[in-house]
Amino acid sequence: MRKPYYFLLILSVLTLLGTSAYRTAEGGYQVGDTATDFKLKNVNGQMVSLRDQKEAKGFIVTFTCNTCPYSKLYEDRLVQLHQKYAPKGYPVIAINPNDVTISPGDSYAQMQKRAKDKNFPFVYLHDETQEVAKRYGATRTPHIYLLTRNGQDLKVSYIGAIDDNSGDPEKVQKRYVETALDHLLTGKPVPQTSTKAIGCTIKWRNNS
Amino acid sequence: MLKSYIIVHWEGKIRYIDMKYRKSMFLRLPLFLGFMLFSVLLTARAQAQAPKVPAVKLAHLQKYLNSTADTTYIINFWATWCKPCIEELPHFEAVQQQSKGKPVKVILVSMDFVKDLDKRVVPFVTRNKLKSIVFLLDEPDQNAWIDIVDPSWSGAIPATLFINNARKQRLFLEKPMTLAQLQQHLTSTLSKTP
Repeated sequence: MRKPYYFLLILSVLTLLGTSAYRTAEGGYQVGDTATDFKLKNVNGQMVSLRDQKEAKGFIVTFTCNTCPYSKLYEDRLVQLHQKYAPKGYPVIAINPNDVTISPGDSYAQMQKRAKDKNFPFVYLHDETQEVAKRYGATRTPHIYLLTRNGQDLKVSYIGAIDDNSGDPEKVQKRYVETALDHLLTGKPVPQTSTKAIGCTIKWRNNS
Repeated sequence: MLKSYIIVHWEGKIRYIDMKYRKSMFLRLPLFLGFMLFSVLLTARAQAQAPKVPAVKLAHLQKYLNSTADTTYIINFWATWCKPCIEELPHFEAVQQQSKGKPVKVILVSMDFVKDLDKRVVPFVTRNKLKSIVFLLDEPDQNAWIDIVDPSWSGAIPATLFINNARKQRLFLEKPMTLAQLQQHLTSTLSKTP
């Protein structure tokens, strides 16, 4: 008589485990998902959305900021990525999602200053509501989402780090983003579609 | 005025030493040598007191991750440049102090670059008088080991792993904690029987 209860108990525990696992997996995009467009303000005052850039084959969407040392270490490498791949159809789209009240160094004015000082050749967008970072599932800076145009849609082709050595560009062995782009440009599947790296946690607004 | 006084004073003293020099040489030399030895020992002792923060490889971290001892390891990943990490470090220090005599070990794993070890990490540990175990994980290819710590970790810090393999307890958090939250997680880990 007690057996059905045990069965129910196990079933409910499994369901609970299942939903929690599902929830973490659902938080943001996975490789293969269709990414949605956004409209964010660039440092030059203009609103930018991916839809407007019709000639692009895809985008190197990078969640980054002014204040994180890891982001700063990658600024020059982001410029190089843009210079190499924007002419081939993949421009860098840099997005700063940090909350200004927690991280005043990431204000729109400070972003404008940083873009000017570092002479960013790419757009640097302010995700003021943090809605885009949340939708994409970005957790840290820098955090790359490589998008490829597929008809009307944008497909997530790679999520992760730029390369395997944030501290020393000279010692980089694996250029994850470049490898992925080179494969995409020749119509081959991306060999490593996701990587992880240490980064600064995104400074989320307190009420969220 | 002051300057001339000092010179006069010194001149007077030098003259005094000159006069007494022959007589007291045999007494002064051993005294001087003794003083030298003492100062050398003092510097050596001061150096020994400076905290040692070793730069380690993944295998060292895995010793704690794979330990079968009934000890709860609270492994916190931090860096000197990470503001939320530094803000919660006192909580870990407090928990380590409160857990004296209990099988609890706080381990602070620095994510700083190894080139900053002497310049930033050691001065930080000294200044804040950290008493927990601290080491710097020198594994630049982070993608190769982040999943080994926990598959749910995206790589953002602060991040903390509570692990006690003997009690089959494991909790991973990719966010900062208050002292109360930290204590609560520790209590729930220890409450499970091995």
